[in-house]
Amino acid sequence: MAINRRDFLKFSAGTGLMLTAGATPGRAATVPQLPKDAVGILYDSTLCIGCKSCMVNCKLANSEPGGALYHKETAGKVPYEFPKGDKIYDAPERLSDKTLCVIKAYKGDEKTAGGDKGGPAFSFIKQHCLHCIEPACVAVCPVAALQKNPETGIVTYNKNKCFGCRYCQVACPFGIPMYEFEKSSPSVVKCQLCNHRYAQGKYSACCEACPTGASIFGKVTDLREEAKRRLALKAGDTYAYPVKRVDGAERTEQVVASYVDHVYGLDEAGGTQYLFLAGVKFDKLGFNPKITNQVYPDFTWDYVSHVPALIGTLLVVGTATRMVTQKLDKKKNDAGKGDAS
Amino acid sequence: MESKVVDSNEHLLSNVTRRDFMKFCTAVAATMGLPLSAVPQIAEAVTSPKRPPVIWLSGQECTGCVESLLRTGHPDIVTLIFDLISLEYSETLNVGAGHQAEAFRAKSIEENKGKFILVVDGAIPVKDKGVYCMVAGKPVLDILLETAPQAAAVIAIGSCAAWGGVAAASPNPTGATPVHEILKGKGIPVVNIPGCPPNPYNFLSTVIHFLTFGKLPALDDKGRPKFAYSRLIHENCERRPHFDAGRFAEEFGDAGHRQGFCLYKLGCKGPETYNNCSTLPFNDTPGCWPVATGSPCFGCSEEKVGFNSPLFSKAKVVFPTPPAQHTDVVPQKGGGAKSFAYGVAGAALGAAAVALIKRDGKED
Repeated sequence: MAINRRDFLKFSAGTGLMLTAGATPGRAATVPQLPKDAVGILYDSTLCIGCKSCMVNCKLANSEPGGALYHKETAGKVPYEFPKGDKIYDAPERLSDKTLCVIKAYKGDEKTAGGDKGGPAFSFIKQHCLHCIEPACVAVCPVAALQKNPETGIVTYNKNKCFGCRYCQVACPFGIPMYEFEKSSPSVVKCQLCNHRYAQGKYSACCEACPTGASIFGKVTDLREEAKRRLALKAGDTYAYPVKRVDGAERTEQVVASYVDHVYGLDEAGGTQYLFLAGVKFDKLGFNPKITNQVYPDFTWDYVSHVPALIGTLLVVGTATRMVTQKLDKKKNDAGKGDAS
Repeated sequence: MESKVVDSNEHLLSNVTRRDFMKFCTAVAATMGLPLSAVPQIAEAVTSPKRPPVIWLSGQECTGCVESLLRTGHPDIVTLIFDLISLEYSETLNVGAGHQAEAFRAKSIEENKGKFILVVDGAIPVKDKGVYCMVAGKPVLDILLETAPQAAAVIAIGSCAAWGGVAAASPNPTGATPVHEILKGKGIPVVNIPGCPPNPYNFLSTVIHFLTFGKLPALDDKGRPKFAYSRLIHENCERRPHFDAGRFAEEFGDAGHRQGFCLYKLGCKGPETYNNCSTLPFNDTPGCWPVATGSPCFGCSEEKVGFNSPLFSKAKVVFPTPPAQHTDVVPQKGGGAKSFAYGVAGAALGAAAVALIKRDGKED
């Protein structure tokens, strides 16, 4: 293999550029920036009556074309958890490849009644994708099948790009992405905040169906304000809670329950677009206490950011070594041939 | 002169067999949640020759409570007023009228002082000294205040008598007041049998409890018998599984409504109304109560719900505990070491048993 001096210099210059590019830190551990028109959901567990309207409506809405549960081959069918059983009483127990949203119940000791503030002995919690402001799943996706919409902030999934590595499942601190293990050509399934319905003037199906205003849809900035307003309320007073949409006209008068003084999702994992309020401590509601305010992609950035540099260095060093040894070998061989002839 | 009506009634009475009678007593005991051992006691009480006198006063009412009582099956009204109680005065059922009836009422109260049961249906107007409801030229308010202190027990039947009902609905022009509020502070116990109308068996069972044991059944803090009003309609509702599975009728006549889904979103007040409608068929006819026919519960028997909150507004759901069907947020795990210890103990026990059996076999 003949490498002329010109090619070698060109190659070296390119590697040098790569090295310098890799060495500069692409991102510092900054405060995550909320996208301009970020939309999300505020879930107030003190209002939730556990009727599961959200679960049912979620499944129906997402089986429509464009929905997160829609597949061409099963178009028109709703993916029930127990397709052979009684569909009326389809009761998913956890998130799965057929269920994007699930209501779970916390049943505490009635004597100690919840937290330190004497909160309720039980509570419901609604689980689905939290649409992190800095999503770990997007950061780990090698083919950019998972992406964060720069305007709405919705973490979307493109099954045509996905090649099934399931890094997202491992990376997500909330355990949200699910995988269609039963299928020969599976894809990842997760809530996409019903983004297929916005064009029709509709919004998240779970909020549309919620009768009490426990789940409300809206701009994250509005939801944050609403959440803080609720925390400032005094327990026992009445408050006109918005129903379905935070900016909608529909309201319902309810007696304010005592809140745990925290909005989950404001800072957790760098902030999420799905916010929670509760009357019971959040770790009792199934939130992993190990999740801190640390931005998840930042965890590995110190290492991952050096990967291009490392590859570049290895390439340069390897090529150089190869060329040097090749030349040495050639010289040796030539000398040997010369001796023999 | 013998009337045809009386004849037919006698005919009915003579037709009651012992078997039917015991069936009735058992049914009454079951309604109140009493043990079967109470059945003979009830039988004795209701066959005793001295039937307790009952005086039935009516205020601002629609006669619905009496009408529903007329349609009971066990016992029917005939058995009730001829065999069980002695209905001394009731404006709806009186044979006599005018001065005759009023005179009999006065006589009966005098004779049965401290022994009769006073039943009141309808709210009592108190505004302008109660002139908005007059009987025989006298305000009902005065009649009640005269009669109640001489009664053994006062039963307020229907939501009007118990809470004020439709007559007391805002703006309440006549100052309609529930019976227990008028008698408050007079030391007279009032049993509330709310409902519009109430299930007649709740009333009958209360009366028969009084006959049998000589005292009123256990009451809750609102004066309602606990056997009937201790549970929410929602708890035992036939549509409850739909509520727990998230299946709702979103509007009248939609697919969900036609399939019998939960009526909560249409404004059903079952989740905040204490009554036994969902477990005790109204007038012996299963499937005839509002929720079964597809009409949301209106909360007629609950104070400040029926006639107070809007018909189609959503109820405030009161949950004692979440249904067992919901998944726990933190799933329960088996204790590893504990299970292992149980396993070892079990194996040891089994081995010991086998050894014993073998030894027994050898001894034989």
